Amino acid sequence: MSELEAFRAEARAWVREHAPKSLWGTSGSGPFEGYWGGSKCDETDPDLLRWRDLGVEKGWTAPSWPKEYGGGGLSHQQEEIIHEEMKAIGVPRPVAGQGLAMFGPVLLKYGNDAQRARHLPGIARGEVRWCQGYSEPNAGSDLANLQLKAERDGDEFVLNGQKIWTSHANLSDWIYCLTRTDPNAPKKQMGISVILADLDTPGITVRRIDLISGYSPFCETFFDNVRVPVDQLVGTENEGWTIAKAILGHERSSIGRSIARQPGSAQQEVVARARKHLDVADGAIPDPLLRDDLASLGMLEEAFHLTLARIQQSAASGTPGPEGSITKIVGTELKQKRFELGMTVAGIQGLGWEGPGFDDDDLQYTRDWLRSRASTIEGGSSEIQKNIVSKRVLGLPEGKK
Amino acid sequence: MSGHTAPSLLLNDEQKMLSKTAHEFIRERGPAARIRTFRDSNDEVGFSRELWNEMAELGWLGLQIPVEYDGLGLGFFDLCVVLEQSGRELMPEPFVSTLLLGTQTLLLGGTEAQKKALLPGIAGGETLVTVGYDEAGSHRDSSNVVTVAKTSADGFELSGEKVQVLDGHLSDRIIVSATTSDSAYTLFLVDPTQSGVTITRQSRIDGLNAAIVRLEGVSVTVDDIVGELDGGASLLQAVCDRAAVGLSAQMLGASEQAFADTIEYLKEREQFGVPIGSFQALQHRAVSVYTELALTRSVVLAAARAIDEAPDDIARLASLAKATASETFMHAAKEAIQMHGGIGVTDEHDIGLYIKRAQATYMTFGKPSQHRQRWAELHGY
Repeated sequence: MSELEAFRAEARAWVREHAPKSLWGTSGSGPFEGYWGGSKCDETDPDLLRWRDLGVEKGWTAPSWPKEYGGGGLSHQQEEIIHEEMKAIGVPRPVAGQGLAMFGPVLLKYGNDAQRARHLPGIARGEVRWCQGYSEPNAGSDLANLQLKAERDGDEFVLNGQKIWTSHANLSDWIYCLTRTDPNAPKKQMGISVILADLDTPGITVRRIDLISGYSPFCETFFDNVRVPVDQLVGTENEGWTIAKAILGHERSSIGRSIARQPGSAQQEVVARARKHLDVADGAIPDPLLRDDLASLGMLEEAFHLTLARIQQSAASGTPGPEGSITKIVGTELKQKRFELGMTVAGIQGLGWEGPGFDDDDLQYTRDWLRSRASTIEGGSSEIQKNIVSKRVLGLPEGKK
Repeated sequence: MSGHTAPSLLLNDEQKMLSKTAHEFIRERGPAARIRTFRDSNDEVGFSRELWNEMAELGWLGLQIPVEYDGLGLGFFDLCVVLEQSGRELMPEPFVSTLLLGTQTLLLGGTEAQKKALLPGIAGGETLVTVGYDEAGSHRDSSNVVTVAKTSADGFELSGEKVQVLDGHLSDRIIVSATTSDSAYTLFLVDPTQSGVTITRQSRIDGLNAAIVRLEGVSVTVDDIVGELDGGASLLQAVCDRAAVGLSAQMLGASEQAFADTIEYLKEREQFGVPIGSFQALQHRAVSVYTELALTRSVVLAAARAIDEAPDDIARLASLAKATASETFMHAAKEAIQMHGGIGVTDEHDIGLYIKRAQATYMTFGKPSQHRQRWAELHGY
């Protein structure tokens, strides 16, 4: 047995022994599913909390982080194995969210020791929840156009401006922000800095945004003369764009992966909805056109999972291919197709917003369908992803955007 | 995927080397433009026997054939490495007829005597074996076999007509399906030099060689049965699954080449004073093809691996690979022509050869819609 196989056996045994039975089969085990923690968390499920505590104690909320920062001191491959073993039985990771999936890795790479020591353990223990301040009203796809001002005043930066699409800012404790520290830089990618702010700092206001689905994790976050100490600058002043791109790269791969649920589950879900709404308990679904659509979905799903596996295998073998760049495009397309077909089979029973005459699971499905429309926009729209693949992978010349 | 552990989808070092060698050899010796040359010269063979023999010497024809029949005894996965490269240049050599149809039928159903008689010659390049299964009405109902095997004193007499038999004009043996009872058919090995066999060449759009094989009271014995009496349908299905995966590997290669040619053209061709590849309208379409290629590679590798290692998953993954590769190749070929503009629809340019092959492969071993229906059945809906 190889070392990794032995580790898999160990991870499997630990996860299966310790994960509370009530959580089995409840989660796709993605980086953004489960217990997000933070001081504003009102989670009461004792099993989720116990699972969090066990994970924290083992260092397996952040398996690949150094032990001194609350991690497990393991390799990325071992971390992958732990997550696979959680996914295999459908339990959530003990702690989920932006801090673990996105901000932590960036701080490990670009932060200084004091910043790591101050912020990482709270993330690993699920005590401090982070959100991301990236987009602005005039900086969406053109992110480098961001204008949130950060002016140096003695030992502090003074922040003025607005962030938008700050997911869960209302439930978070801290925000990592892209700010404009040099408005006179010759290129808009220059003069950007990454600054951290406690959301309780005077001058910060958070307002929730409702989406077409009726709710959302998104907020607008306003900064009005917000003063933060200069030691909350990450990396070098005016060179934050490099960090921003690293976080975006991370975001793309985690979105691609987080969409990947259990292989076959999208097909199963929509087949089950078709059976329910067409009243066909088992056997062949009589409509051949619908079967064709379901099979198209199932085939795309399987091709996507096999591609994720292939990317992972080639990364593990030390020669990552360029295919990683397409996972967000394909994963979000798969998600939208799944919901579209799931809505089609429900017919008018999928039209309910709330109230009598509709099943709860259909009402929820309809909201989820509406929410899925954002998936090809958030985290870099599909068009932006295609620009990136076109330039970096296909080597096509850059043109006017 | 049935479990959460995916099959290995990577090539090992030997396979990477094989892929590279085959790529270079085929690019130099077997470019796609040959399709036009064979067509315009009314070549009697329609492919290069010399090249076929050279590939035999390189060991490529016997990659999957067991050592006891003079092959290398490797897997179907290894064969697919070479098939992918042969697909890049649309090679008209008898890969599909002999290495996929003929060899797979013999490996799965052949008697020891049949394998001994034919497989060494296949590995050596001198023997061609094909399978004739399509008939005039097959595109309406492929399960309806009109060719009959009438019981005779010595065995059977075969009568009927097979169409578009790949490399039927040159094959040393043709395996044909013929009904042996009201509800079942059997596969028979036919020597085309026998009396009662008439071969008529056909001309197709795609540059592969095909023939009508007419059988009029052709005598065969029980020794010529491949597989079980009345067991033709399940054997042919298993053969077609393997052939579909091998063909998908060729389609993957062909799509990759059409795409690579297109990307090169997008970088070279200038209009409005800039390379047309700088236009976002074309860039995004190119990325869509690239995305499909990445997905197709994954499913083809998984299906090829299943043939060697996971027999229970072959049917499902063969359908996945064939449906996906068919749609991808067709899309890649259509986009290639559109992005080449006017030159793309001329006979002079190679890119048009790709859409002809795409159409032919789309229709071979089951259309995508048929594979999706089978996928649905295999998943219980």
